[in-house]
Amino acid sequence: MDCQECQERPATLHFTKVVNGNKTEIHVCEQCAKEKGYVSYDEEAYSLHDLLSGLFNFNSSSINKNSEFVQSQVLTCDNCSMTYQDFTRVGKFGCAECYHAFSEHLNPIFRRVHSGNTTHDGKIPKRIGSDLSLKRTLSDYKEKLQNLIKNEEFEQAAKVRDQIKEIERELYKGGGDE
Amino acid sequence: MSLQQFMNEAISPWMKEEGPDSDIVMSSRIRLARNLDQAPFPIIAKQSELTKILEYIKEEYHHQTFKTYHDLEFVNMKDLKPIEKRVLVEKHLISPHLAEKSEQGGVLISESEQVSVMINEEDHIRIQLYFPGFQLEKALEQAFEIDDWLEEKINYAFDENKGYLTSCPTNVGTGMRASVMMHLPALAITQKINRMIPAISQLGLVVRGIYGEGSEALGNIFQISNQITLGRSEMDIVGDLQSVVEKLIEEERKARQLLVEQSSIQLEDRIFRSYGILEHSRIIESKETAKCLSDVRLGIDVGFIKNISKTILNELMVLTQPGFLQQYAKEALSPEERDILRASLIRERLNIENG
Ligand SMILES: [Zn+2]
Ligand SMILES: [Zn+2]
Repeated sequence: MDCQECQERPATLHFTKVVNGNKTEIHVCEQCAKEKGYVSYDEEAYSLHDLLSGLFNFNSSSINKNSEFVQSQVLTCDNCSMTYQDFTRVGKFGCAECYHAFSEHLNPIFRRVHSGNTTHDGKIPKRIGSDLSLKRTLSDYKEKLQNLIKNEEFEQAAKVRDQIKEIERELYKGGGDE
Repeated sequence: MSLQQFMNEAISPWMKEEGPDSDIVMSSRIRLARNLDQAPFPIIAKQSELTKILEYIKEEYHHQTFKTYHDLEFVNMKDLKPIEKRVLVEKHLISPHLAEKSEQGGVLISESEQVSVMINEEDHIRIQLYFPGFQLEKALEQAFEIDDWLEEKINYAFDENKGYLTSCPTNVGTGMRASVMMHLPALAITQKINRMIPAISQLGLVVRGIYGEGSEALGNIFQISNQITLGRSEMDIVGDLQSVVEKLIEEERKARQLLVEQSSIQLEDRIFRSYGILEHSRIIESKETAKCLSDVRLGIDVGFIKNISKTILNELMVLTQPGFLQQYAKEALSPEERDILRASLIRERLNIENG
């Protein structure tokens, strides 16, 4: 099978990408893959450089150049100062916080890359994982406490308050290194 | 354990064991991408921030042993010569990205070279685990254990909704790339592989020919890996990959049998010609080497060649790469010099086999 870009070298990288909901097969040689931005330095990841810039162009060429587009240009991650524009150019996030900073624009990108998926369904870190469930219990207890106080059941409320303290101690102990 | 061992042996200790379906599947690999929360990702982080991470990992994990993964050796990329880095790349212990782009890169390598943990690559941490043959599930299980072990002393960047947060959106979620390296000579000779590749890529899997310096699937070796990392569990992803690999194994076996039944003498001729070239040539390019090695390995698998060990393909594939040749020669070599050294190393290696 020849490379679909140069029609010269044999295609060695084969994958599908989703464009506007349609699956398109890509068969390219290593060289064209690099030149066209299908692969990044990462040996096995195909960078989304072209998908991202495609998405971006789509936005800018759409007839109603609405405020969302203008906004997205100045959207900046407070933690690492990467802008959304940087992100679409480089195709990489600068830090974990970028995911929150750019969140309103990300799901369409994730959908393209991950066959329509936007939510994680896999491993949860052991330590943070147990923290997550503790946090969930904590917020449940706090709600309970509010209700008890509202209903003037102070004896019960005192017990719940102790339980909350216990959970909080547990939570802070776990993440105590920093 | 010293760096020297990683450099001198072309074949990693774990490769010497024969895994399931090793006549077709050369190795199974799980890679997990992880980042530290708080710290900026390597692409934009300050050098000083990355040095801190590198020092922390060295402090905590250098010479540590986890289960059967003995004596992790910390290697700082700064301490390596370019040829040494290239050797680690050719052995798949580090990525080209770590070797070439990471100014504050490092790696932890276990004694068996089965585990390598790259530090400050595109992500802060990339865990790689190899198993010989077709053992994806086992590799996943063990990779999870190593991941949990590392997590005891590292706070990972994780989001309930998006999973493990990675620098590239292609890795977010599980951060997992599962892959198998397959030797598919019969499917390649009969050109069936060309019809199968589009079908496989339709399933969200990526097929790539590897070992090519530029283009081709040298040595008929293909890597199959998952494309999607978000929205599906690691088990499901591995499950999908597994069923495709099983299908490929089945097809490759059928194609081999058909070749033996219908074109036995032609196949035997092809195999022994390649064997002859490897045994007698004085100048050989890497492309021809790969083709001949693939034929000889097929010859071993179908029973035409009996006195050579099966690991010869894996071993010579690595040993005859440019970096390794130069490491062996202890000097930089021109392409012509490499072709001569390559031929002589192969002859030497085959002579040992023949006693
Ligand atoms: Zn091309
Ligand atoms: Zn950021």
